[in-house]
Amino acid sequence: MSSLPELLKGVYRENPVFRLALGLCPALAVSTSVENAIGMGGAATFVLLGSNIVISLLRKAIPAKVRIPCFIVVIASFVTIVELVMGAYLPELAKSLGIFIPLIVVNCIILGRAEAFASKHGIWLSVLDAIGMGIGFTFALVLIASIREILGDGKLMGYMVFGPNFKPMLLMILSPGAFITIGLLMGWFSTLDERMKRKAEAMKGGAS
Amino acid sequence: MDLGQLLAIVIGAVFVSNFVLMRFLGLCPFVGVSKDSDSALGMGMAVIFVMTMASLVTWFVYNYILVPLEITYLRTIAFILVIATLVQFVEMVIEKTSPALHKSLGIYLPLITTNCAVLGVAVVNVETFMVTGLPRNASFIYTVLHGFSAGLGFTLALVLMAAIRERLELGAVPKSMRGIAITFITAGLMAMAFQGFSGLKIG
Repeated sequence: MSSLPELLKGVYRENPVFRLALGLCPALAVSTSVENAIGMGGAATFVLLGSNIVISLLRKAIPAKVRIPCFIVVIASFVTIVELVMGAYLPELAKSLGIFIPLIVVNCIILGRAEAFASKHGIWLSVLDAIGMGIGFTFALVLIASIREILGDGKLMGYMVFGPNFKPMLLMILSPGAFITIGLLMGWFSTLDERMKRKAEAMKGGAS
Repeated sequence: MDLGQLLAIVIGAVFVSNFVLMRFLGLCPFVGVSKDSDSALGMGMAVIFVMTMASLVTWFVYNYILVPLEITYLRTIAFILVIATLVQFVEMVIEKTSPALHKSLGIYLPLITTNCAVLGVAVVNVETFMVTGLPRNASFIYTVLHGFSAGLGFTLALVLMAAIRERLELGAVPKSMRGIAITFITAGLMAMAFQGFSGLKIG
């Protein structure tokens, strides 16, 4: 098994948010600005990396019957670390992410990767898997957040995009904007998929 | 503690800051179990029950274990363990005492452990009713009531969504938007309607 595909699969082919529809709650809630999105993506990637490493190392020691509670305790420990560190060094980010930091515990991506990948693979592949999924999650968050921030606030990372005459669409920052943005993005992704499949079929047809 | 305050908590949790449409909590079951209204109602009932119980239990855990031992920073670990155990326990009790109820609710209960609305309600309770220095009995009543009404709000959104999706099945939806994508657009329109409640000031 080569290691590059393990790293890259999380970004597009198995993107946790757009493809697997996991981790939707934080994806919508903290994507009001790109800054928050990067903060949340970083926090989730750290937890994912830590929990994947520990679970992969312990995968032979954890009895199958109680594996889910064990995974949850490992994940919750890393989340607590993130909570305390972020509260101490990045208090403003911690404030704007609010309850979504403790809620990383129930982010289905992390438990899902622990169950589906880290408990079955060695540490090296698990690290790559965690980094790839983390990048994919962060990418999805930043994509949603930049659409919402540009349209809803006229800014990107604090810089004005459209100049002073732009009337921001407040709706995009509020909750309906989040739902509509992710709905359209998911539709777009499945259109891309359809097109790629058709292309692949046409290639096959031409070859035979 | 007066009636107005209690009413404000209920209206607030059900409409103004609806857990699904305004706070973005519990989206996975909202998308996953809203295909038909029967199972949506079943899931909703299970969530109301578990959220009320979880609020009750986490209140005791927070005030009688975490605060006296000065380990409130461990609340995330403590709460998720309590909730996971609670769900397991509820499932066992229902299975023994009422097999009929277990048949209709049983399949939803394991899903609830990973429903972020349950842990979410516990954390919101701590931040709004416990660290703010309310008297104990008031904070207890507010907590349990908030848990119940948050579950009610979740159920409301879920059942409404299921009813809309049953109709959408027959609609001419573009191929690439079918399934989750159109569900989110619908949720966006519902959220827009719920946004109308945000001007509401009670109590």
